[in-house]
Amino acid sequence: MKNFALEISNLKKVYSGGTEALKGISLRVNEGDFYALLGPNGAGKSSTIGIIGTLVTKTSGTVKIFNHDIDQNVSVAKSVLGVVSQELNFSQFEKVIDIVTTQAGFYGITRSAAKPKVKLMLQRLGLWDKRNDQARTLSGGYKRRLMIAKALIHEPKLLILDEPTAGVDIELRREMWDFLKEINNNGTTIILTTHYLEEAEQLCRNIGIIDQGEIIVDTSMKDLLRRLDVQGFVLDLEEPLEKAPEIDGFELRLEDSLTLVTAVSKSSSINNLFMELNKVGINVKSMRNESNRLEELFIEMIKK
Amino acid sequence: MNNITNRKILITLWTLTSKEIRRFMRIWIQTLVPPAVTMSLYFVIFGSLIGPRIGEMDGFDYVQFMIPGLIMMSVITNSYANVVSSFYGVKFQKSIEELLISPMPHWAILLGFILGGVSRGILVGIIVFFVSLIFYPEFEIVNLGLTSLVLLLTAILFSLMGFINAVFADSFDDISVIPTFVLTPLIYLGGVFYSINILPEFWRQVSMANPMLYVVNTFREGMLGISDVSISFSLIMISLFIFIFTSLSLYLLHKGIGIRE
Repeated sequence: MKNFALEISNLKKVYSGGTEALKGISLRVNEGDFYALLGPNGAGKSSTIGIIGTLVTKTSGTVKIFNHDIDQNVSVAKSVLGVVSQELNFSQFEKVIDIVTTQAGFYGITRSAAKPKVKLMLQRLGLWDKRNDQARTLSGGYKRRLMIAKALIHEPKLLILDEPTAGVDIELRREMWDFLKEINNNGTTIILTTHYLEEAEQLCRNIGIIDQGEIIVDTSMKDLLRRLDVQGFVLDLEEPLEKAPEIDGFELRLEDSLTLVTAVSKSSSINNLFMELNKVGINVKSMRNESNRLEELFIEMIKK
Repeated sequence: MNNITNRKILITLWTLTSKEIRRFMRIWIQTLVPPAVTMSLYFVIFGSLIGPRIGEMDGFDYVQFMIPGLIMMSVITNSYANVVSSFYGVKFQKSIEELLISPMPHWAILLGFILGGVSRGILVGIIVFFVSLIFYPEFEIVNLGLTSLVLLLTAILFSLMGFINAVFADSFDDISVIPTFVLTPLIYLGGVFYSINILPEFWRQVSMANPMLYVVNTFREGMLGISDVSISFSLIMISLFIFIFTSLSLYLLHKGIGIRE
C-alpha cells in the first residue's frame, strides 16, 4: 500500500452560518512531495488546512496524515505535522527563544533536549541574534521566520505553510524558498498555499487548485503548464517606436515607446516574430516573459 | 505507534504549567503585589481601626476572624483571574493554536491552565497569610490539614470557573463581567467580614444559598475551628462542583466550543 503524507476523502465543512466552505474534497499528497494548494480568496484553502491541523472542526469526511486518522489517532497524526498559519499565532510578549523552546515542549521534547535544536533552528533562520527579543519587537519578516521555526522544531514529516511569504520582501522570500527546498530535499513533505503563483511554480512538483469548495485541478506542475497554449513576452527595443507594428499571426501592443508586448501561441515560433520585426527595421535588445505563466492559467481555470 | 507516550504527555503538561507559572511570576507587580497591598488596607482599616470598636465575632478578635475570609477572598479572585485572563489571552493572541495543533491531550491542556491558576491562588493565599501575621502575630492555625485541603480545593474550583468563563468570552468585557458582578458580591456577602449568626433569620437563610459561605466557613473551620455551616456537606459540595466543572471544561474542549471554528 502506497504511503501518502496526506490523504483527504470527501471532506465537507459547513460553518454555523450555513456557508459551505468545502463540498466534499478528496486529495492525496505523496510522501516527499512539494505540493501547491492554490485558490482565490474564500476558496476553502484555509478551511482545509484548519481541519488538517484540527483548528477547524470538519462536518464530515476523513483526513489521514501518514496513515493516521485525525479522528482515531489524533495525537500521533499531530506529532508528525507542522503548520505555519497565515496569521501570527504566538505570544507577542515572550522572548523568541522561549516561544520556540515552549513549542518543542508541547511536542514532548524536554527543555534540555530542545536547547541544541532551538539554537540550530534559530541560527538557520537568522533569528539567533534576536533570541532574547520580545516577539512583538520583531519586524514582519522575522515574525514569519519565527512562525516557521516554531512549526519545524519537532521535525515534522509533513509541513503545511499557509501563505508563508505574504508581506515578505523579495530577498527574504528567496531565502525562504531556498530553506524550504532544502528541508524538502531532506525528506519533509511540504504543502504550500500562496498567492504568489511564481512561488508555486518555482518550488512545487504537484499542484491542486481549489475553487468554491471544490478541487478543480489536481495534477503535476509540468502537466498543468503544458496546458498553457499562449505565452506572453516583453521585448525591450533598441530604438523608440511611436506605434506598435502590425505583423500577421502576432498581436503586438506598445507598453511604452521602448517596450513591445506580445502573446505567442504554441503553434507559432518566436523566431518568426524576430524575423518579421527585423524586416520592418525593429531590433530587439532583450526579451523576458510577460508575466507568470501559472498566473494566466490560474485565472483561466477559476473563470470556468 | 498508536499514541504518544505517557512520558511525553507529562513533558507537555509540565511545559504548559511552567509557562503559566512563569507568566504570572514575570508580571508579579500586577499579580502578587496587589493582593498584599489590598489586604493590608483591609487589616489596617477593618482590623486595626474599626475592629476594636466592633469587638469580638464568634469569640475571636475581629481581625483574627477576618484573616481566613480575606485569605479565601484572595485565593478565589486570583485563581479565577489567572485562568480567565491567561486562557482568554491565548485565544485573543491566537497562540491557543500552538496548543491545539500539538499532540497534547485535552485533559493536559485543561490541567496545565488549572495548575497555573492553583499555583497563583495558593501563592497569593500564603502571601496574604504572612501579611496578616504583621497585624496579628499570635495567629495559630487550628487544623493545618483541613486548611490546606480547602485552600487547594478552592483554588481548583475557581480556576475551573475562570477557564469556563474564558472559553465563552468573546471580548475583554466578558472576562470582567462575572468577577465584578457575580464573584465579588457573593464573596463580600459570603461571610468574609461577618458571621451569618449576626443576621436576621430571613437574611441568614438567604445567605445559606450563597456558595461562597461554604468555602469561607470551611476554611475558617480549618484556621480557627469555627464555622456557620456543616464541614462535611461543604467539602462534598465543593468536590461535586469540581467534578461538574471539570467534566464541562473537558466537554467544551472536546467540542471546540469557543476555540475552534
